Amino acid sequence: MNSGGIRGNYLLEGLRRLGSVALFLLQLLGQCVPVLGRPSLLLKQIYNAGARSLIIIMLSGLFVGMVLGLQGYDLLQRFGSEQALGIAAALGLLRELAPVITALLFAGRAGTALTSEIGLMRATDQLTAMEIMAVDPLRYVAAPRFLGGVIAMPLLAAIFSVIGLYGAQLVGVQLMGVDRGTFWSQTQGAVALHDVGEGLVKSLVFGVACSLIAVHEGYHADPTAEGVGLATTRTVVASSVLTLLLDYVLTAAFL
Amino acid sequence: MVRDVHYAIGGHEVFKGLDLTVRRGRITAIMGPSGGGKTTLLKLITAQIVADRGSVSVFGEDVATLGRRSLYALRQRLGLLFQNGALLTDMDVFDNVAFPVREHTDLPETLIRKLVLTKLQAVGLRGAAHLTPAELSGGMARRVALARAIVMDPEVLLYDEPFVGLDPISLGVILRLIKHMNEALGITSIVVSHDVQQLATIANESYLLLDGRVAAAGRPEQLSTSDAPGVRQFMTGSAEGPVAFNYPAPDYITQLLAEDDE
Repeated sequence: MNSGGIRGNYLLEGLRRLGSVALFLLQLLGQCVPVLGRPSLLLKQIYNAGARSLIIIMLSGLFVGMVLGLQGYDLLQRFGSEQALGIAAALGLLRELAPVITALLFAGRAGTALTSEIGLMRATDQLTAMEIMAVDPLRYVAAPRFLGGVIAMPLLAAIFSVIGLYGAQLVGVQLMGVDRGTFWSQTQGAVALHDVGEGLVKSLVFGVACSLIAVHEGYHADPTAEGVGLATTRTVVASSVLTLLLDYVLTAAFL
Repeated sequence: MVRDVHYAIGGHEVFKGLDLTVRRGRITAIMGPSGGGKTTLLKLITAQIVADRGSVSVFGEDVATLGRRSLYALRQRLGLLFQNGALLTDMDVFDNVAFPVREHTDLPETLIRKLVLTKLQAVGLRGAAHLTPAELSGGMARRVALARAIVMDPEVLLYDEPFVGLDPISLGVILRLIKHMNEALGITSIVVSHDVQQLATIANESYLLLDGRVAAAGRPEQLSTSDAPGVRQFMTGSAEGPVAFNYPAPDYITQLLAEDDE
């Protein structure tokens, strides 16, 4: 086959996959309302996607904040503006770093767990058993996990921001000697509600994208060990790339 | 009721005009060699797959034409025992058996508890209610799956290879249970297996599937006395006969020598 034909096949396969994900999203959205009526199912999935990701999110937030403190101080002190470290850290974290890094970490931890769990349920006939018992696996398995991920993502991003800001303060104030009062008062004065809103909208959109990809890949994984492995890899790759792409689009939209 | 069903997977014709009828309140055995389409037939009956041609009717309804809601309503009247059990791994044994009851009824937990314990007692695993599926042997998992399949008191029960991997005591219990549910509750049973001896003790009628069609039908003992070469070969377990033991392959010696040359 010539290169044009190969490119055409890749394009068709890409479009087919995109259509499949879009249809799956519509089906999921249709099942989300009934899931809201079963809080125990939903809470379990928020716990799995959110609480179980807390350690990695908090540790990463702390270190990212500390690096931000170091780099920010180094840059700002060249212009004699080190007192603005709090503003730089807070805006950087709230609007950009917290939603994006949380989404990337979510894809690597919770996303892979979702895909492999659902993929293994497919491979061991558990989803088929539900179908035979007249229980829709889309409603019982996929929708609660999707919704759990969507709800957990902004909460994780908020925790990332708080811990990150603490890390920046730790380095800027404790280590580099920036005045504590200036750090916090400048932060409080400069951060507006729409900055928080931008981060919230981004993390919500990333939550939908990452959870959708993770659940879709697991639900449609080939029922073999290799199939589940490949689906898990696809989840990480697609979620990461889509997160960065959407970040650019959303940032451009908010500016 | 299965009428003139044709079904192919990846170019391989599994069914080439299959016709069979399962009568209410009877135990019907579906026999045939491995890869002969027995499990595929169960998938057709439960509408997991749709025939390329022909029709499969359950309770008088063509399952291929049913919408999702009607199909789910029909499936609530069916029970299927999976070959591997297919237990839900994030629940213990008790919750696995209680799962369909909790999903389809508003019964209070006290009643569900009694119902589940009754079914677990029937399969001899009341004491294992707290175990997870990972802690069960293959045979125990299949018995739990049977308890789950009967917990909603279905009108039709489908068994996919129910005797594989069971010790003689469990085997006896399961055979008696299938027979008892049929006689006491009038449950229609379709048992897919190639265990001729065990099927002969419980089945009212049986079908032998060979080459995508029904090769013989009747009571198991009638099949045993059949003169048809394929039926005779299967019932006596002979390697020689029209039913090939070996998967189609090129000439053995030619292939061995060709690999030497490489």
